[in-house]
Amino acid sequence: MTTVSQDPPKAVAGRLGRGSASHKAKLDWTGWKFIGPFMLIFAFVLIAPVVYSIYLSFFKDQLVGGNSFVGFANYIQVLGDSKFWESLGRVSIFLVVQVPIMLLLALFAALAIDSARLHFPAFFRIGIFLPYAVPAVVATLMWGFMYGVRFGLVANINDFFGISLPDPLSNEWVLASIGNIVTWEFVGYNMLLFYAALRVIPTDLYEAAELDGANHLRIIRNIKLPALRPAIVIGTIFSIIGSFQLFNEPNILKPLAKNTIVTSFTPNMYAYNLSFSGQQYNYAATIAIVMGVATAVIALVVQNRGSRKEV
Amino acid sequence: MTQATISVPAADARSSKRASSRATRYTRSLKGRGVHQRRSVLLTIVMAVMVVYALFPLFWLFVSSTKTQSELLSSFGLWFSGDFSLFDNISQTLTYGNGEFVRWFGNTLLYVVVGAGGATLLAALGGYGLAKFNFPGKKLVFAVVLGAVAIPGTALAVPTFLMFSQLGLTNTPWSIILPSLISPFGLYLIWTYALDAVPTEVLEAARMDGAGEMRTFFTISLRLLTPGIVTVLLFTVVATWNNYFLPLIMLSEPTWYPLTVGLNQWNQQSQTVGGDAIYNLVVTGSLLTIVPIIVAFLFLQKYWQSGLSAGSVKA
Repeated sequence: MTTVSQDPPKAVAGRLGRGSASHKAKLDWTGWKFIGPFMLIFAFVLIAPVVYSIYLSFFKDQLVGGNSFVGFANYIQVLGDSKFWESLGRVSIFLVVQVPIMLLLALFAALAIDSARLHFPAFFRIGIFLPYAVPAVVATLMWGFMYGVRFGLVANINDFFGISLPDPLSNEWVLASIGNIVTWEFVGYNMLLFYAALRVIPTDLYEAAELDGANHLRIIRNIKLPALRPAIVIGTIFSIIGSFQLFNEPNILKPLAKNTIVTSFTPNMYAYNLSFSGQQYNYAATIAIVMGVATAVIALVVQNRGSRKEV
Repeated sequence: MTQATISVPAADARSSKRASSRATRYTRSLKGRGVHQRRSVLLTIVMAVMVVYALFPLFWLFVSSTKTQSELLSSFGLWFSGDFSLFDNISQTLTYGNGEFVRWFGNTLLYVVVGAGGATLLAALGGYGLAKFNFPGKKLVFAVVLGAVAIPGTALAVPTFLMFSQLGLTNTPWSIILPSLISPFGLYLIWTYALDAVPTEVLEAARMDGAGEMRTFFTISLRLLTPGIVTVLLFTVVATWNNYFLPLIMLSEPTWYPLTVGLNQWNQQSQTVGGDAIYNLVVTGSLLTIVPIIVAFLFLQKYWQSGLSAGSVKA
């Protein structure tokens, strides 16, 4: 990575020295003037922390002996850490249940708005998208208030109908309640992603299909869904990353559900609490790396499978 | 982009035959596609359910902001009750704790203007450079940036904190601004956009005239990239405005808090036994936090929607 950060000065020098006389294809550093600033900060805020945390993960701060190199000991500890596996299991369940629901809702909405069979499509488009603009903190605070069984909307409904709905923040339901918040926040974003991909399908495809007498469902299956595949892959990857990184919603709900949302509720919360309550920076860095690698691998698999089907 | 705009008139003509009797102001929406465009009441109702799901929490937030604290805790959530105390709540929100809400608001503005503005500029320059120039190391740049996208942003938060605290950057605005300056998604979007939106012939003509590359960028290319840039700006503004995790770990004193962390602190204080319960201020503060960003989205709709479609041509 050092080469990257050293390149911008070289780029300027190259330009001044040789000017545009040099062959464009071979050694024209002009592009670096444009990408250089981005890469410089990129190296500082993305690459350097990764390198630093890899370094940290090989050390351990011990009472006896101080900071010492421990090889892969931290990694071995993570693999045997039941709290880590529990948190990973929790976000995996979340991933397998919440992401498909959200993406299917988004897909349905995008197809509906694109179908021209809807009254007021522009209103639906912006209305469903609007929650994306709401900060996770505000979204979670709002839903947290509404989830209240003592004085929230759930309490209102219970009083009004004389029933007792399950407590959304109880042990059994808290993950579903978080899933609801995340779905609410991101269904519109994914809808827009899909909708944007639908808008660029060339019209002659529809005209040809119409001549062939294809109906709505066939057009969806044979034209729209194949065209949507790249967008679906992107949406899926973003959602996988989001699920594995789950932090904001459970962390903000925590004061409302002290007993059900533990400090190691998700891998990210676990790493956070290890660093900031436990001062176990080396171990926290190791967990961050393990999660980063796991996420990257799954994202790559999804991407490869997604684009292979496309051929 | 070009595909999208070309396809519109044809679709319009096709659909307007069927829909000519309907109100003309909806014809824009009918440029949409499919076979026979007969609007479906059933589909509209199903979608209405979704829109209600999306909007009723915001309605709840507005209704709750108009209530006193005791009404907030005792009345039905989705309708007004008691005195209309929205303005009273707003003035309390703005003055509570020596006006810390106003300070947080200012901090958020600072992070948004410098962070999102800077991120957009860097992404515009970089994406344009990737789209329009061949240079040594270009493949490496692509590989590194795309690889970094797969590394989850929040996984980096803890290592970034550790590094920044070594450098003495924690508890300063820089700890929020510097990481906000990088938007790989923005870089990607400008790159795809610039491939089509800035014709290489135009750049060559400018070179013939002896204009420097930077000058060409700021006088000619920037204008052609505007829809893409507005899109990136909106998304980076949302990201910085809504940023929570990073400031939460970087800042230990309320002086530099953005709104999100400040609001959550108010909420935690209200939940704590013996703490000053200010639920009505949490709710009103939340409302004040989302109004500017929602207004921005509504007013700039035209731009970000065209920018997004352009991005997906290549996706």
